[in-house]
Amino acid sequence: MEEKTENTQESTSPVPPKKQNAFVTNAKKLFQAGIPRASLQDYDKTPPTEEELKENILIVNHLKKYFPVETNLIGQPIRYLKAVDDVSLRIPYGKTLGIVGESGCGKTTLGRTLLGLYGKTAGEVYFDGADITDFGERQMNTIRKDMQVIFQDPYSSLSPRFTVGGIISEGVAVHKIVPRDEIKDYVMALMERCGLQPQYYERYPYEFSGGQRQRICIARALAVKPKFVVCDEPVSALDVSIQAQILNLLRELQTEMQLAYMFISHDLSVVQHVSDSVGVMYLGSMVECGPTDRIFENPMHPYTKSLLSAVPVPDPRRKKDRIILQGSIPSPANPPSGCRFHTRCPACMDICKEQAPVYREYEAGHSCACHLYPQE
Amino acid sequence: MDKENNNERDELLTPGTAEPVEAVNEEAKPQETAETDQPQETENLSDRVKVLSPAQLVARRFFRSKLSMIGLVTLLVLYLVCFIGPLFSDMDYKTIDYNGGSSSQSTEITYTVDGETYTMYDITYTESINLKAYPSADHWLGTDENGRDVLMRVLYGGQISLTIGIVVVVLETLLGVIMGGIAGYFGKWVDQIIMRIVDIFYCIPQMPILLICSAILAANEVNGIARIYWLCLVLVFFGWAGTARLVRGQILSLREQEFMLAERSMGVPVWRKIFLHLIPNVLPLLIVQMTLGLGSVILTESTLSYLGLGVPIPYATWGNIIQALRDFTTLQYHFHIWGPPGICIMLAVLSFNFVGDGLRDAFDPKMKK
Repeated sequence: MEEKTENTQESTSPVPPKKQNAFVTNAKKLFQAGIPRASLQDYDKTPPTEEELKENILIVNHLKKYFPVETNLIGQPIRYLKAVDDVSLRIPYGKTLGIVGESGCGKTTLGRTLLGLYGKTAGEVYFDGADITDFGERQMNTIRKDMQVIFQDPYSSLSPRFTVGGIISEGVAVHKIVPRDEIKDYVMALMERCGLQPQYYERYPYEFSGGQRQRICIARALAVKPKFVVCDEPVSALDVSIQAQILNLLRELQTEMQLAYMFISHDLSVVQHVSDSVGVMYLGSMVECGPTDRIFENPMHPYTKSLLSAVPVPDPRRKKDRIILQGSIPSPANPPSGCRFHTRCPACMDICKEQAPVYREYEAGHSCACHLYPQE
Repeated sequence: MDKENNNERDELLTPGTAEPVEAVNEEAKPQETAETDQPQETENLSDRVKVLSPAQLVARRFFRSKLSMIGLVTLLVLYLVCFIGPLFSDMDYKTIDYNGGSSSQSTEITYTVDGETYTMYDITYTESINLKAYPSADHWLGTDENGRDVLMRVLYGGQISLTIGIVVVVLETLLGVIMGGIAGYFGKWVDQIIMRIVDIFYCIPQMPILLICSAILAANEVNGIARIYWLCLVLVFFGWAGTARLVRGQILSLREQEFMLAERSMGVPVWRKIFLHLIPNVLPLLIVQMTLGLGSVILTESTLSYLGLGVPIPYATWGNIIQALRDFTTLQYHFHIWGPPGICIMLAVLSFNFVGDGLRDAFDPKMKK
């Protein structure tokens, strides 16, 4: 455990200066020529201040991830699916940001894009004090051990021909976290910490149940001593009794290892339980973001309100005014004009149909994008 | 029988508690079963049980299949006899038996010149080759049309035929895995280029090209052992495309699995991803493909040798021994010359197919008879 505290002290690790040769830059420019410039650069590039960089492990500015759905004859995309559209967020060291939203609103894509698992279309990402926006695959590999991910599906995310020990120790060996001859002891200790018996070291994933597999996934992610973990719906494939175990395990590990989490879920009660702040996503963009208690007590955006009203309350006598949304989430390949939520919004006004609301901060750390509130 | 087979492992893990049907299902889809944690006491019990790796499970299932065991034993016998048998004989594939008996013949020619009579004796002493002899104590399978021992030729021929099979299949699988792996992993234009090459290989008629190749070899007077190597190379050259296509398809689908994304987020180097995570998952298919391929390579080699384009005489292969069939009397009266190599080819190909089928079933626990 002493090693872990050591690790957190050297929080601003020097990242190799990025080198881009002229050919790559030119090729990039050529490639981006196919994408309408307006959609890429419709904001002022404002690099975060030193202070912000010191406070936050992750700063994301105007992140966009468009998937081409239609291409013209020479292969340039002409129509996009805007899975993540202009999302900005920041996560302080050791804190948890919960991301909630309907299925298909781009939560998972957001997580994977900011980890660099998907190439981003536009936007800036600052991680651990460094600008990693233009990092290539090789440079990303050097910092990958600091940012890990726990996947939603514990069945498909474990390599079927590796033993549990092999799966967990792979990252340790690749990034040389501990000396080679100590790997086994280190991994066994970690397995025990994650609630797995060390004698499972030589077992294969197919012999385990969902809960145990998720523990293996957690152990794998934590084995490389990361500073930031994206938990992509880590409990939604598990039954409720095991959900609580896993969530508590994640919390314990957070305090022990000073981890920052981005906790993606569609389960509001889970998010409330684990998060310091919550971001609400709708159709690829962030509609509201703020401290957890502020969001749950005083939601600003109509979408957040309707989401919260749908949380079941374990009290049969208490009647809640449910705000039931009409229709289903529109296709992100063809989003509505103006405010994206206007087709289902109970408080829709004329302006909502024409003009997209500005995402701005109303209270300390509480931002929202809605025409119901002053836009200036 | 089948049920028992599949239950054994589970019974080992949870003695007495495993119900047959459940156990079969559990093994049928080891990756999808979402069962809850086992009770604590069985778990502790199972900790003492030796854990079987997936490979060991496959081996178990394989060794239970009768047909594949027959195939495996036949192959072992063929290899052993072909490689060890000739050591016990003083003959080899080109020894000619000159003990066909001798005869002397004298011809008397008498002619008269100028009233005088001359008599000329033409005496021919013939030492004949013991050719096309029927099976005897000296030659267990008789001799061929050149007086060589058929058994020896079949054994030496087996050495070459069986070795060519393995060499060709291993080489073409290597090439196929490399090409298919690169195409599947990197995708995009790399994939496009490699797969179009594969398409071209698919639409080249193999036999005419092989004929041309051996004509070129003959024209360049490549003979003897060198010709055998060239034959291997040519067969590899035409054989890798199928493997490449197979591997590429598998890797394409594996690449999209979440565990590959997990490897990527771990920052694992590319070679490690390809060779430790992707290829091992393709290996079962490859092994099956290789075993089935062995049979067909032996057949192709035999066909070429039969046509006189493959391994040149005096080297023996099963294919060029059967070439004796071209002679009508041999076909009609000397089964002992062309029968044994034919049976050997049949046995080898059939056994490889049995083993391949057995392996395929063993690798795929979902397949039930």
